[in-house]
Amino acid sequence: VTQVVPEVEDLLHTPTERRPPTVAADEGAGTHDGATMSEAVLTGNVRRVQMDPPRSTREFGLSSVAVLIATAISSWAVVWMFFYQLTLLSGALGFIVCWYACFLVMYWVVTALTVDRNAATDRIVTTVVASCTALMMGSLLFIIGWVFVRGVGHFTVGFLWRTMSFYQPADPHLFRDVGVGHAIVGTLEQVGLAALFAVPLAFLTAIFLNEVGGWGTRSVRTIVTAMSGVPSIVAGVFIYAIFIVPHVIGYSGFAAAMALFVLMLPAVTRTTEEVLRVVPGGLREASLALGASEWRTVRQVVLPTARSGLITAVVLGIAIAAGETAPLIFTSFGNNNMNLDVFHGPQGALPLVLYENIFQAQAVVVQLAFTAAFVLLMIVLILFVLARLLGRRRTSKGKFRRFVSARMRSLRKV
Amino acid sequence: MSTDTLASATGAVPRPIIVPNDRSREDKIFRFVARAAGLTVFVILFLIGFFLFLRGLPALRAMGPHYFTTSGNGTAHKPYHFGALAQMYGTIVISIIAVIIGVPVAIGTALFISEYAPTRSRRALIAVVDLGAAVPSIIFGLWALHVLQPDITGTTSWVNRHFSFIPIFGGNSPPFNASFFIAGLVVGLMIVPIVASVTREVFSLSPPGEKEGALALGATRSQMIRTVVLPFGRGGMIGASMLGLGRALGETIAVYVILGNVFAITPHILEHGGTSVASYIAAEFGAGGRLGTANLLMLGFVLFTFTLIVNLLASLIVNRSRSGAGVEL
Repeated sequence: VTQVVPEVEDLLHTPTERRPPTVAADEGAGTHDGATMSEAVLTGNVRRVQMDPPRSTREFGLSSVAVLIATAISSWAVVWMFFYQLTLLSGALGFIVCWYACFLVMYWVVTALTVDRNAATDRIVTTVVASCTALMMGSLLFIIGWVFVRGVGHFTVGFLWRTMSFYQPADPHLFRDVGVGHAIVGTLEQVGLAALFAVPLAFLTAIFLNEVGGWGTRSVRTIVTAMSGVPSIVAGVFIYAIFIVPHVIGYSGFAAAMALFVLMLPAVTRTTEEVLRVVPGGLREASLALGASEWRTVRQVVLPTARSGLITAVVLGIAIAAGETAPLIFTSFGNNNMNLDVFHGPQGALPLVLYENIFQAQAVVVQLAFTAAFVLLMIVLILFVLARLLGRRRTSKGKFRRFVSARMRSLRKV
Repeated sequence: MSTDTLASATGAVPRPIIVPNDRSREDKIFRFVARAAGLTVFVILFLIGFFLFLRGLPALRAMGPHYFTTSGNGTAHKPYHFGALAQMYGTIVISIIAVIIGVPVAIGTALFISEYAPTRSRRALIAVVDLGAAVPSIIFGLWALHVLQPDITGTTSWVNRHFSFIPIFGGNSPPFNASFFIAGLVVGLMIVPIVASVTREVFSLSPPGEKEGALALGATRSQMIRTVVLPFGRGGMIGASMLGLGRALGETIAVYVILGNVFAITPHILEHGGTSVASYIAAEFGAGGRLGTANLLMLGFVLFTFTLIVNLLASLIVNRSRSGAGVEL
């Protein structure tokens, strides 16, 4: 396409109207021959430039969608033919895997033939990346939905407060008599106690990492990251080794809380540190410049600014700790009766109810496990959503924080 | 420069204003308390290692160095015959399978969120990824036991029938369930959220100038990712994979639910049977008397050491890549 470009100024100021219309608008990466353009720039002869038709930024048009759908259908047909007619294989999963592989190959070939190879590769990468996300999101939402569907049928409000004192695996009317009230109480007490110990220590550690700094920061940060990977079973076994084997304390909710504390501490520390990191440094400096002590700066400027994020960190830590099973086996041991005393005697917990019942043979017991799973998942989900909502709320402004902000604003005006 | 001219003009060197540098008593206490809190993580970590080793020592003493080359659970009477070999083997095999399956999916998810997803939906996608890390592992186990395993056995037996010439797909004991592969698949799915969230964070730090430059030079988006985002995030990806490996090594409940507890050292990953350190500890709790307990605690120590080394390496790599080192500009 040759055309006369009117003036350089025109080209700079109103380029869009002067350009030739977009052609076909469908190639991923059109062949671009920049030689003529750069030649013109080099020779200074900008009045006559041979211009390529500009590429559309929308790479994916209607015909591409058609190609996508067509290849999907044809690869499905091919795989169906081979899969069922020739190999006689059952199982949806294998079929989907084969279909996907066949689809990718076909899609690449068709796009390479109709557009070019760069575009083909680009689209394959896009497809793979998008399907990774779809796989991850899909399986997660599927698991949640599946637990919901399987569990909600036998859920009653009474299930929340009855205990398993009358638990008889052979009883066909199990759901009339049992519930998970004891386990909910146990989980709440254990997680609450763990949070009581873990949260202040985690906040202080995060403040050390982000506000105090200096000697030891790097190594503490590395250790915290490494500690957040300590397997949950190791936390349970550790409490078992340090407290229960030498009979310092017996199986109890307190022991479970200690194990959960070991798991919660690094998790809450890491989230808190990330939250503190986004507090603007100017606020801190302004507060210090006004003569406030570091402690007062942290207490009245940094923490109030980060308040919603801190709440998120705590609630998220609680949500994750509430679902831990492995550390409880060795510490709270499980109990079918209500035990309100967190310090003495084995205590039930929601994950343990699941753990003890999913392997049973009786359908009604497995159903009990599903209903308990539903309750557990709902608690975790509610906590998670709560954390998100609280995290979105605007930051609170303490009196001193407001004062500091006002001073900063007036300084900026000057 | 200005001080020089000032000095020559006035004939006197201006003294810097002395800012009092000693902190108030309040701040000294504050700094001390915060530092002490920071150092407690060292103490806790040391206590974990120390007590597990101490209480597990009888097991190591009873078996000597053979502890690491024996598999069995004969702790009841002499001659003792127990050890950590089968458990360690299973742990490593399951973790490798999990990383092979989970890490590519996680990296794909991270790329999609950081490079492809429209800005509006990005927050929601990140929230779902975070939610994945909060779903209890026993729920994954429940799902795997009731949905995944029944569905996948057909495929695994098909693979075994037609590809048994490849050693890892070999074996000939028909029920191809409760295998290393299925356990690894579930664990792989479970490590996706943590790996995805770390890699996404690293990808989102890749320099926008280079990315726009690549696009402006005519690169397609996939070429831009290959030439800018992936090289920039290489350290982060390696670190995140190791973080995922650490999680996979320690996964207990999902592995136990799928695998049960069978001693098997087999290269055939589709075959029934196997165990891992973590699931063995959970399964054998309370069995085997005093020495059995010591055995479990020693296994706990082994697992702790394993994961600590992997996680330390991972956090070193991730922290270095976050600070932007190792990036050639």
